[in-house]
Amino acid sequence: MNNSEKKRMNGEAEEENEEDVEDEGRDAWERTYTDERSWEALEEDESGLLQPIDNKAIYHSQYRRRLQSLSATSAASRIQKGLIRFLCVVVDLSKAAGEMDFKPSRMAVIAKHVEAFIREFFDQNPLSQIGLVIIKDGVAQSLTELGGSPEAHIKALMVKLGCAGDSSLQNALELVHDTLHKIPSYGHREVLILYSALSTCDPGDIMETIQKCKKAKLRCSVIGLSAEMFVCKHLCQETGGSYMVALDEGHFKELLLEHAPPPPALAEFAIANLIKMGFPQRAAEGSIAICSCHREAKVGEGYICPRCKARVCELPTECRFCGLTLVSSPHLARSYHHLFPIEPFTEISARQFELSRVASKTCFSCRESLLTPGAACTKCKQYFCLDCDIYIHESLHNCPGCESRRITPAAASATKS
Amino acid sequence: SFSDDVSLLVVLIDTNPFFWSTSSSSLNFHQFVSHVLVFLDLIVRLSQLNQIVVIATGHNTCDYIYDSSLDTDQVTGEGELPALYSFVLQRLEEFVNKDEKLGAKQEGLSEKRASSLLSGSLSMALCYIQRVFRSGPLHPQPRILCLQGSPDGSEQYVSIMNAIFSAQRSMVPIDCCYVGSHNSAFLQQASYITGGVYVKPQHLEGLYQYLATVFAVDLHSRSFLQLPRPAGVDFRASCFCHKTTIDMGYVCSVCLSIFCKHHDKCSTCGSVFGKAQLDAASDRKRKASES
Repeated sequence: MNNSEKKRMNGEAEEENEEDVEDEGRDAWERTYTDERSWEALEEDESGLLQPIDNKAIYHSQYRRRLQSLSATSAASRIQKGLIRFLCVVVDLSKAAGEMDFKPSRMAVIAKHVEAFIREFFDQNPLSQIGLVIIKDGVAQSLTELGGSPEAHIKALMVKLGCAGDSSLQNALELVHDTLHKIPSYGHREVLILYSALSTCDPGDIMETIQKCKKAKLRCSVIGLSAEMFVCKHLCQETGGSYMVALDEGHFKELLLEHAPPPPALAEFAIANLIKMGFPQRAAEGSIAICSCHREAKVGEGYICPRCKARVCELPTECRFCGLTLVSSPHLARSYHHLFPIEPFTEISARQFELSRVASKTCFSCRESLLTPGAACTKCKQYFCLDCDIYIHESLHNCPGCESRRITPAAASATKS
Repeated sequence: SFSDDVSLLVVLIDTNPFFWSTSSSSLNFHQFVSHVLVFLDLIVRLSQLNQIVVIATGHNTCDYIYDSSLDTDQVTGEGELPALYSFVLQRLEEFVNKDEKLGAKQEGLSEKRASSLLSGSLSMALCYIQRVFRSGPLHPQPRILCLQGSPDGSEQYVSIMNAIFSAQRSMVPIDCCYVGSHNSAFLQQASYITGGVYVKPQHLEGLYQYLATVFAVDLHSRSFLQLPRPAGVDFRASCFCHKTTIDMGYVCSVCLSIFCKHHDKCSTCGSVFGKAQLDAASDRKRKASES
């Protein structure tokens, strides 16, 4: 809603207004045919009878497949996750981005979802940084510098960005290579390219640039909005990234958000380092100091750098005077669930469910009656409904059954052996 | 959602016997429960649509005690006590007995420092609240109130932080009324991060007054009140090696473990610092084959 208000201020609302006017002329029953298309929500079962599509079951089975593919890759090899990430998001603003196959235009859809992605990214990776790059008229320019504050990037995106000219993948890669070359060796270098065009106009040999990026350990991923291209596929294969093409807006959003959690990091990509960090205390209520970010006097409500005593307004940040990385312990704690993930629950078959001795057949965590067989934790053996299973693995990262059990040291060593 | 002054209050009651047997004399467990019961009754009387769920945080387990949205036939009054009181008291007694039986085989636990399973009851509360969110667009505004006295268990740090971040994303405030002796850093952080209120009453004999004036009001009306402000939440980290609080330290870039001194190797994930991991792994193999 915020986005559409801002776009209205930028004068991009013509298409939206037209749709509203047309809708008012139609009655609700007419709209069910034109907009909702209720016949698409039906499917045939084996005997040819029509049934409504069971969205819940589809949602659950999609979730199961996703979880299984994730656990398969992590179990297959001891892959660590890259937690301190430096990501350059490259947005293609060539002529092709003005296409209207995504409503209202590809560019508008990209801007909307990149904003959501940026928020999600900083939520999951508080110590990481993002930089925005745009490709326009065959030239790549840096929209924002690498930084850890989501607001600066989102503000830059909200400005009316026109799209014009050709797209140049090589120029973009050269620019991100130079940007990411300067970061510390412990950071993971990633590039995410949102490519709308079907061609690239390059000044030189793009294969050389791709090799250069591969040598610099840049992990390049591409999300295409039109069709699959060989050069993008080659880039992603060489650098170890992922290449996907979005089918529609919903799919695009899903693909984009898949890049928010830390990717599995191959061990040779980053050098482990001990980073010196400060954990500032909150400034005393009512104390007056000049803050180093805004250069104005502020009262209370800030943090004091433990090394040089400068005042900063928000965390995480780098102290402007002494360069110390300042974080608070919750910022580090946000990433701990990646290091201590909980195992997927096992699905219970209908027969097991009937035979089980669970007295009231309710989900352990939410106490809803289990009408369909749910899932069980392998460690504490408690039963959970599928909705709790999804919530536990995607958001909570704690198994309520395991957390509600006290494991004595004796019992813990018994289970380990 | 409903009219904005309807609440779903999930109350987490600390029943940890190790805490209650050593707590100060101004409030014992039975007095504590009676203050809480009157408070629960107050919530129910403030609005017919208010819902209450009570979860007990024990030493060895956690469990649901009461859910006001279940059949009201379950509650029958006994003598002079209102029906709600006798039901909750009975369920609490059953829970405390179950909790005690589960711990019968433990030895060597320092009684003063024995923590409760707060991460378990917090996780259950959040799952219940998700169920309420799923039930449709009309639902009361949920919040969690921890009535906690036991000290923080450092082994639960990661789980409690996970619960706090999940509550923050779902916009569920975690309030706390702490009745123990020293402040709980975990719950102070929980209230700060989720936008809840943390109170450590100075006079425990008047516990009901604190509960009624601070925690009975619905979320929307809180903006009109002067609620207790956090007196300085400590966000410093503790080092993994000594558990001392530090304001400057070293963080492993691979696993984010915190150390107070420079090391050559991370004790948590085994990464060797300054070397690409593949080189370090092949060094280790070479050394192993040489010896």
